[in-house]
Amino acid sequence: MRDSLGTVRTVLLLGGRSEIGLAVAERLVREGAREVVLAARGGVAEPPSVLKELGATVHSLEFDAEATDTHTATVAGAVGLVGDLDVVVDAFGVLGEQAEYDGDPHAAARSAAVNFTGHVSVDLAVAARLREQGHGTLVVLSSVAGVRVRRANFVYGSAKAGLDGFAQGLADSLHGSGARVLVVRPGYVATRMSAHVDPAPFPATSGQVAEAVAKGLRGKATTVWAPRVLRPVFTGMRLLPRPIWRRLGR
Amino acid sequence: MSPVSRPTLLTGWGRTAPTAATVVRPRTAEQAAEALAQAGPRGALPRGLGRSYGDAAQAAGGLVLDCTELTGPPRFDPDRGEVTAPAGTGLRRLMAHLLRRGHFLPVTPGTGHVTLGGAIAADVHGKNHHVDSSIGAHVRSLTLLTPRGETLEIGPDHGDTDLFWATVGGMGLTGVITSARLAVHPVETAHMRVDTDRTGDLDSTLELMERTDHAYRYTVCWVDLLARGAATGRGVLTRAHHARVTDLPAPLRREPLRYRPGAPLSAPPWAPPRLLNRATVGAFNTAYYHAAPERRRGQAQPLGAFFHPLDQVRGWNRMYGPHGFVQYQFVVPFGEEDTLRHVVEGLSRAGAPSFLAVLKRMGEATPGPLSFPRPGWTLALDLPAEFPGLAGLLRGFDERVLAAGGRLYLAKDSRADAETVHAMYPDLPAWRKVRERVDPDGVLVSDLARRLRLV
Repeated sequence: MRDSLGTVRTVLLLGGRSEIGLAVAERLVREGAREVVLAARGGVAEPPSVLKELGATVHSLEFDAEATDTHTATVAGAVGLVGDLDVVVDAFGVLGEQAEYDGDPHAAARSAAVNFTGHVSVDLAVAARLREQGHGTLVVLSSVAGVRVRRANFVYGSAKAGLDGFAQGLADSLHGSGARVLVVRPGYVATRMSAHVDPAPFPATSGQVAEAVAKGLRGKATTVWAPRVLRPVFTGMRLLPRPIWRRLGR
Repeated sequence: MSPVSRPTLLTGWGRTAPTAATVVRPRTAEQAAEALAQAGPRGALPRGLGRSYGDAAQAAGGLVLDCTELTGPPRFDPDRGEVTAPAGTGLRRLMAHLLRRGHFLPVTPGTGHVTLGGAIAADVHGKNHHVDSSIGAHVRSLTLLTPRGETLEIGPDHGDTDLFWATVGGMGLTGVITSARLAVHPVETAHMRVDTDRTGDLDSTLELMERTDHAYRYTVCWVDLLARGAATGRGVLTRAHHARVTDLPAPLRREPLRYRPGAPLSAPPWAPPRLLNRATVGAFNTAYYHAAPERRRGQAQPLGAFFHPLDQVRGWNRMYGPHGFVQYQFVVPFGEEDTLRHVVEGLSRAGAPSFLAVLKRMGEATPGPLSFPRPGWTLALDLPAEFPGLAGLLRGFDERVLAAGGRLYLAKDSRADAETVHAMYPDLPAWRKVRERVDPDGVLVSDLARRLRLV
């Protein structure tokens, strides 16, 4: 259960090796969470030791984003391990090179299957569980890449745009059910996943994203930008005329 | 019975951490039994007027039996000095019923807006705890509906006495109380004869309470938690007896039992965040402190004003804004005044804006394994949930309270951790044994029980 000051007991991380996801989990454990389930393909054999050092019990769970027919069972498996899911962090994803996708439509479609379709099925499975238990928050890692899709990474960006819209709709459908969705829109975050991408203006660290998420969880926010300045920045970006937007190098 | 099929969001009085449940409103014990039989895998829980501050009266995803329509005329037996009433009866209504018959409740908490069943389930205490203990000590008998469909008559001297004491203070987790019989006492008037003293600091507050408590049936001290330096812990101590007719000024003597509780004021439906901050609460506390007389004797005060001053403002909990508030109440044994000092000074240093801080000496405990009161000092205070650093501050206090052999009040708690509470309630395993006997399938459950792993 989430307590009156926002402390939770259980965390399910979908994308159990995601650096941002793990930073959020660590942050929640620092604030008092005691059970963490790391869900990833093949499970997470060697979870970061910090979670255990901070006093949490860490569980590993098999989760294949592309095997959408297994997602309901995955969520049930997490419930079997820790009981009620207080916070579910949906943080999995892949970030490929646009140029590669241009030459390999099949690879592009597979990335979209992970970055969009996989979220649709697992988030719906999570939502059904949260609705049933009458409480809980689903944190969806969206991206500013989906706020306005750029030509430099439109396969990734369009999947994120779809995910962002899906998460907002899900949030509205859960209104009044006791369950809640928090959409997180980070900018450029330096991680293993983004190592091949040049840093963008207003970068954030995974720790900063985690802090923004924790703050959003304590309050009643529905959307979190990390860093916060990206909200006005992208409000402006959305208004840029297409010819200018198209000419922006990245 | 009016079932609500759509889930309803419920919170406690502190308006924090809402969860959804299906709510039904049984009007009779039979309807309550029917509802309880329909509980699904997420369990069921009785709820009263929702005055527990935290998550004690909500059951996420489950079935909540709102018992406030479980009412009917109370039956007063003047020969035995007892009253029997359905569990959904509000204490304020019961008080009015009894006053017309020259009697009074044995115990009333700081609000009259609690049900009889809820009062027993939390084993509530009042300003007379140092003399009269908590409400459980005055329950002669109660009717309990168990999850297995049994209806049991239990009391301190008949029926399943272990179950009776597990139910007193059992937070609704042993069954649904449908009615109760209470011992009541005669009074001559609906007024109190009140002595008031202002104290300059915490030590003089403690000293004065220690020295004079035994001479009064009702005592309580409001503490200014924002006063700093030499004034840390200053307060306004009020002590009282039931007024006799001869204590009243002439105009009041004509109708000495006239009881007219009202709620003339209503809090606005919405308050901005951080309305209650250090500046506003500090100003209120200073004004309140100086408005109190330095020393006054024998003032006649209406019962409502003395026992339930906050009931004068309807919906006062909304003043804390959209993020709600937490109440922190603990008791530490006599001799552990240092813990009390630590907490009072800690709050004062942190500038925690608390305007409802109440200090009281407690007397004899009841045998309820989960009943809160123990002989010692109890301090209760409200704090806005959005106050920065509150979680860490209160966790630090928890450790001190536990080390001092003290405990937190479950009806107030919304944020403690399970291990701490288990250590504070060493009789929890005994309570669980009784519960497992009447609820082997674990039907009765609350958010509080889940969070603190009570069941």
